[in-house]
Amino acid sequence: MPVLPGAAWELSPSVSLRPEPFGALAYDFVTRKLSFLKSPTLVDVVRRLGDAADVEDALLGAGVPAAERDRYVAALGTLAASGIIRERQAA
Amino acid sequence: MTIGVERPQGGRLVDQFEYGLDAPICLTWELTYACNLACVHCLSSSGRRDPRELSTDECKALVDEFERMQVFYVNIGGGEPTVRPDFWELLDYAVAHHVGVKFSTNGFRITPERAERLAATDYVDVQISLDGATAAVNDAVRGQGTYDAALRAMANLRAAGMKDFKLSVVCTRHNIGQLDEFKAIADTYGAQLRLTRLRPSGRGADVWDELHPLPHQQRELYDWLVANGDQVLTGDSFFHLSAYGPADGSGALPGLNLCGAGRVVCLVDPVGDVYACPFAIHDQFLAGNLREDGGFDTIWKTAPLFLDLRSPQTGGACTSCSAYDSCRGGCMAAKFFTGLPLDGPDPECVKGNSEGTLARDPERPGSSQDHSHTGTVRNAPVPLTLLRTRPVSACDESPLVAG
Ligand code: SF4
Ligand code: SF4
Repeated sequence: MPVLPGAAWELSPSVSLRPEPFGALAYDFVTRKLSFLKSPTLVDVVRRLGDAADVEDALLGAGVPAAERDRYVAALGTLAASGIIRERQAA
Repeated sequence: MTIGVERPQGGRLVDQFEYGLDAPICLTWELTYACNLACVHCLSSSGRRDPRELSTDECKALVDEFERMQVFYVNIGGGEPTVRPDFWELLDYAVAHHVGVKFSTNGFRITPERAERLAATDYVDVQISLDGATAAVNDAVRGQGTYDAALRAMANLRAAGMKDFKLSVVCTRHNIGQLDEFKAIADTYGAQLRLTRLRPSGRGADVWDELHPLPHQQRELYDWLVANGDQVLTGDSFFHLSAYGPADGSGALPGLNLCGAGRVVCLVDPVGDVYACPFAIHDQFLAGNLREDGGFDTIWKTAPLFLDLRSPQTGGACTSCSAYDSCRGGCMAAKFFTGLPLDGPDPECVKGNSEGTLARDPERPGSSQDHSHTGTVRNAPVPLTLLRTRPVSACDESPLVAG
């Protein structure tokens, strides 16, 4: 599922993030898959997703420059494809 | 994080990993040296329980520390971990503390009831060891009846609905020709096949000359991995084989392709000694002891050995090799236990660059611990070929040294 800037996403409940000097490790306790987030800013974006109104909001909060927005949205798409983040259900 | 050397920003992940991580990714925890078997190639020379073994409470405190460090999962082995009376208690404790467990077992104790419980527990994965796709090949290495026990365990796991558990195979001269059969067995039981490299560690050093794959078999293994790579796990064991690929690195096998010892890999042994890698149980790779050196976190972050392993290494004679980028000189432990220099080529260098040194029969360091059974073991393996145990060090030949 594509990640749209206007949609609300969150870290999957079965995934834990562990900060590392290069970014973070993400581990999914259910699928037992380990993934790598290769930039501290991306980690910040992912952490903000759950409380942000939408993806756009999380990108802004993490201070991602407008010119790099697309790159980050694409990176979120990769994380979505591997199940690390999931679309938030309306409460 | 305390790291001796300044880390560059960005770049390839593998370069980042060389500088180490805040906590290991691949942590092996050997719970006991006790084992009901006596496999000829045991990496940890297991057999007898060590009286200094960590107590249940010490084990739980270690799990607490793993949880604080966010060590997401541990690979539990031994010895045979299930012979510890508190094994199932520790398993439950780890899972309750968000430390996933994958444990290796010979399968003897995976009864239908145990299998049910395992299948019902998230966060737990099981790895059954099998080193031959037929009883003849397997039992010669692992002992009589071990083939049947492993298959029985897998049948129990399948019946309990456990999915994707691991069937783990150490590749030897006698089973390289059975790779398709192993895959078929794994498929039959709904297991995932995992192939690993035989390393000359522990008792593996005594049988390495007789059991390690021959050069043409290494090629066979590489080709098989390239063809089937996405369906098998290798624990990053075979990156030295990547040198078979073209110089542009396009033939590299999936995985990190680096020696993770002390950087992303480490071992906690039954008495709390922390080593750089499960295949490097030797004083030279001992970073410290949990009881004496301030606990696991401190050892991981500050042990001089680990800081040293995380500083840029020189490739020595390998640096000029066209395959260096994917092979990186191979396995540190394999070099060490075959008496080769650590900054030179792997003993199984596919370009043959270690043959000269090996032909001169360099002195091997031998083991610095041995918990092998001293008496007879009921189902001890009867090797297919006569295993001529080579002297592990010059001292073994001396009439002045006992035992
Ligand atoms: S010493 Fe060998 S087995 Fe251990 S991490 Fe390095 S390459 Fe792997
Ligand atoms: S010379 Fe070194 S880097 Fe080259 S293939 Fe052999 S072990 Fe690998």
